[in-house]
Amino acid sequence: MAVPKRRTSRARQGNRRSHHHVTPPQVQYCPQCNEPVLPHGVCPNCGYYQGREAVPVKTEGK
Amino acid sequence: MRHRNAGRTLSRSASHRLALFRNLTRALVEHERITTTVPKAKELRPFVERIITIAKRGVASGDPIKTLHARRLVIARLGPVAKVELLDVKGEPTGKTLLKKIFDDLAIRYADRPGGYTRILKLHKRRLGDAGPTAIIELLKQGEVKAAKRSAAPATTAPTPRPEPKPESAATPPSESPEASASTNSPTGQEAAASEPKSNESQS
Repeated sequence: MAVPKRRTSRARQGNRRSHHHVTPPQVQYCPQCNEPVLPHGVCPNCGYYQGREAVPVKTEGK
Repeated sequence: MRHRNAGRTLSRSASHRLALFRNLTRALVEHERITTTVPKAKELRPFVERIITIAKRGVASGDPIKTLHARRLVIARLGPVAKVELLDVKGEPTGKTLLKKIFDDLAIRYADRPGGYTRILKLHKRRLGDAGPTAIIELLKQGEVKAAKRSAAPATTAPTPRPEPKPESAATPPSESPEASASTNSPTGQEAAASEPKSNESQS
């Protein structure tokens, strides 16, 4: 069975992992309340989408 | 090649899928607005709209035989759920079957609307369990028109007027100057407003 000849050095390991980053989600900002919203999504804070479309939002607690 | 691969199977057999669409249709017509997953909403839309269009066509013909034919076509699509009695908000029976509501209410409500009887709104909330993306699908109310251009809305990320009415495309600030984008914006807005009632008239 094939086995590594050399132990992976810390530098090599780090170089390999240099691309393992998380990309932040792309967000828009709600024109109604300035909260971050996902593109094409109803605002979770105020329930607005495309300038109207109030989806009733629970105000108490949540 | 992805030839003839349209549509989603939704991890179901054909009969299971049909049953799902029938059940979702019943729920949508009964409640006018339901929350489901995005793929289900997207698949449900053509199914429901086709049924409404058939009903509309039957009612618009004014011919009782054609209306009966349309009724039978809709029954063929809906199967047993066509005869389900719908409940009102309190859960009391309304005395109206699904089929009756489609023909007596929806076909009349959408008489002047050339398709597009439903709206899908994507929600942020993920489903508990599989974290599936959720959406609302709803039947449009009488006389709803396109959302007005958001000119009065305060710009947040982009201080310049947005080139598109859709908010999703407005993340990147427009490269044009404010005057240029505003001038390209307003004629299209007037055009859309002018063409809207005209198309309605030609339909009726």
